Amino acid sequence: MATSAKNAKVNPVSAQTQSESLGDSHKKSTSHDISGAEIVIRCLNAEKVKFVFGYPGGAVLHIYDEIFKQNGFKHILVRHEQAAVHAADAFSRATGEVGVALVTSGPGATNAVTGIATAYMDSIPLVVISGQVPVPAIGLDAFQEVDMVGITRPCVKHNFLVKDVRDIAATIKKAFYIASTGRPGPVVVDIPKDITAHKTSFHYPETVEMRSYNPVLKGHTGQIKKAIKLLLEAKRPMIYTGGGLVLGDGATELVKLARILNYPVTNTLMGLGGYPATDKQFVGMLGMHGTYEANMAMQNCDVLIAVGARFDDRVIGNPKHFLSQKRTIIHIDVDPSSISKRVKVDVPIVGHVQSVLAEMNALLATEVNQTGKSTKNDISDWWAQINEWRKVHGGRYEMSDTVIKPQYVIEKLWEVTKGDAYVTSDVGQHQMWAAQYYKFDKPRRWINSGGLGTMGVGLPYAMGCQFADKNAQVACVTGEGSIQMNIQELSTCAQYGLPIKVILLNNRYLGMVRQWQEFFYENRYSESYMDSLPDFVKLAESYGHVGMQITKPSDVESALKEAFAKKDKFVFMDFITEQSENVFPMVENGRGISEMILGDEKKESK
Amino acid sequence: MKHIVSLLMENEAGGLSRVAGLFSSRGYNIESLTVAATEDPTMSRMTIVTSGSDEVIEQIIKQLNKLIDVIKVLDLNDGKYIERELMLVKVKATTPHREEMKRMCDIFRGRIIDVAYGSFTIELTGSGTKLDAFIESLDKTAILETVRTGASGIGRGDRILKI
Repeated sequence: MATSAKNAKVNPVSAQTQSESLGDSHKKSTSHDISGAEIVIRCLNAEKVKFVFGYPGGAVLHIYDEIFKQNGFKHILVRHEQAAVHAADAFSRATGEVGVALVTSGPGATNAVTGIATAYMDSIPLVVISGQVPVPAIGLDAFQEVDMVGITRPCVKHNFLVKDVRDIAATIKKAFYIASTGRPGPVVVDIPKDITAHKTSFHYPETVEMRSYNPVLKGHTGQIKKAIKLLLEAKRPMIYTGGGLVLGDGATELVKLARILNYPVTNTLMGLGGYPATDKQFVGMLGMHGTYEANMAMQNCDVLIAVGARFDDRVIGNPKHFLSQKRTIIHIDVDPSSISKRVKVDVPIVGHVQSVLAEMNALLATEVNQTGKSTKNDISDWWAQINEWRKVHGGRYEMSDTVIKPQYVIEKLWEVTKGDAYVTSDVGQHQMWAAQYYKFDKPRRWINSGGLGTMGVGLPYAMGCQFADKNAQVACVTGEGSIQMNIQELSTCAQYGLPIKVILLNNRYLGMVRQWQEFFYENRYSESYMDSLPDFVKLAESYGHVGMQITKPSDVESALKEAFAKKDKFVFMDFITEQSENVFPMVENGRGISEMILGDEKKESK
Repeated sequence: MKHIVSLLMENEAGGLSRVAGLFSSRGYNIESLTVAATEDPTMSRMTIVTSGSDEVIEQIIKQLNKLIDVIKVLDLNDGKYIERELMLVKVKATTPHREEMKRMCDIFRGRIIDVAYGSFTIELTGSGTKLDAFIESLDKTAILETVRTGASGIGRGDRILKI
């Protein structure tokens, strides 16, 4: 066929072209038939995909040719496949829609793996389409061949290898369905090159029925009633919410529940914004670098309700210590395997958080109507205790007139952006300070890699957010270590004119590594000093961006104002900060969460 | 404690590696795993013999259920069940021990399915413990080769794993 002959010229592996055309020629095609590549595009259009983040290569050339001919979605050309997946991931985190990335076979696919694993750990719905060598070449160590389905199996919700053009549409439909329902997650669709050249008729299924996959939506009413009873009888209640609340769009219902009950609320790192941080019932983030009051309340509560959170090791510290204090645990989660995984739960409720919380609120309301009893459970002693704990640390840090404190930069960032920015971060000390000092009042505004802890996500995450909301203020809080792990994306930002503001907290150290080395390795700073840093101002300028270096505390606020006033410019702000600043409070690895180091006085609480 | 987990999954390429991969990546034990298509060729039935605390077994069941291709999972230990495994043993059978070997085979209700000069191949089915007992009752130097299929399990009576 003529099309195959043309393909032969672009296919770098000439030995495969013969089998490709053979594979093609035995199929009868009618005039309504379209190529697999065009089917891919039509499927994405049917899913109303707005952006595809990708990078072309040999195995996906047919698909890129069809992208050239369409205008249903915008393709964003990144500079590295890892960034494509991160950007698609952030787009999804910011909007709730499924993120889409497109990469070629072999190295394109392996470069995408870090992005896929990052999304998997944080349960982000993605569809990643990867090219594959032609079917007859699979398993023959062909050029740019890698077993993508095998490599990604442990870090995807599901994956597919499509070996027949007639299966493409149904597979992509399934991929979107699986990615976005139940506990969300990334789905990989690996498509061999010859399959994208083969032709068939196009029909996109409207619905999917899978006998093996039926995620639970509604929670068990009996369990919900049991939970309400326990909550109303609690003396020292605590509401603990995680990323699942944000992803399940349950924040509005949670705020209702918390207001009705007047109970304290803490969020995990992934859950920030799930409850307004400026609200008086909010006790801050909990966990390894959580607030004193959140960790103490978590440890000492008598009834704990966990919503879309998974009792992660960074959150509850040592499980034995956590369990040494008796408490009744209610756990709402869409994924049954998250329940009783690390901590035994008394009242499990499997279901979509939004639906379960809505039912809970409705039941609480009828209880009030029918019995005339108030749902106000008097817990003033508990609040008094929490308010005492609030005074112990209170997020204090030592201010300086001469050197910029990183915490101060974040506080000013919050003020200058009026708490309304999308804030992305990389991984390390700056991530913790951003989480501690930027008060997120809305869900889906704090975008970071909580589970996998991937350095290098910050800049591509900011890109994803800016594409999600082109008029929004987007700040990427980063460190000089992390930013260099995907610095090539400065080029993508220039190409698409993204007015992101990079807030680089530059302490010339891999700060979190340095902090652990100071505490646990007697100040032996092994390979944690960042030498030979580029001149970030000139670097930014070389891409056509605005670069600023800020060295004095007195300049911090004005510089931030100046940068955010440049509404159509990408501004790279290099803040030269205190080198030896540490993140406090801190729970050492293996300790209980109420055993915190509070800071300079290194006092340990009991 | 030993558990026998039985499951139905879509009979699709890579299904076995999804299950095997789950066990290795989460550090669960597999003593044996058998799989074959059912009377409905779109489905495979798998029997996994594993061990662990109650909490670990609970997680195994939940994690198996989470696999997209898995249709149903049943912990056979939750009720009454039957377990069978097939073993082929090639043993030395030289006079005067040839008679003794035949007798031993009969006691365990095995069948000699191949007779050669100096050796028998015995087929034996039963629970894993029965097969273990047979091996133990043989003179170790008489055993030339053993092959075991791993256990297959099925619930008793009304306990049916079907969609």
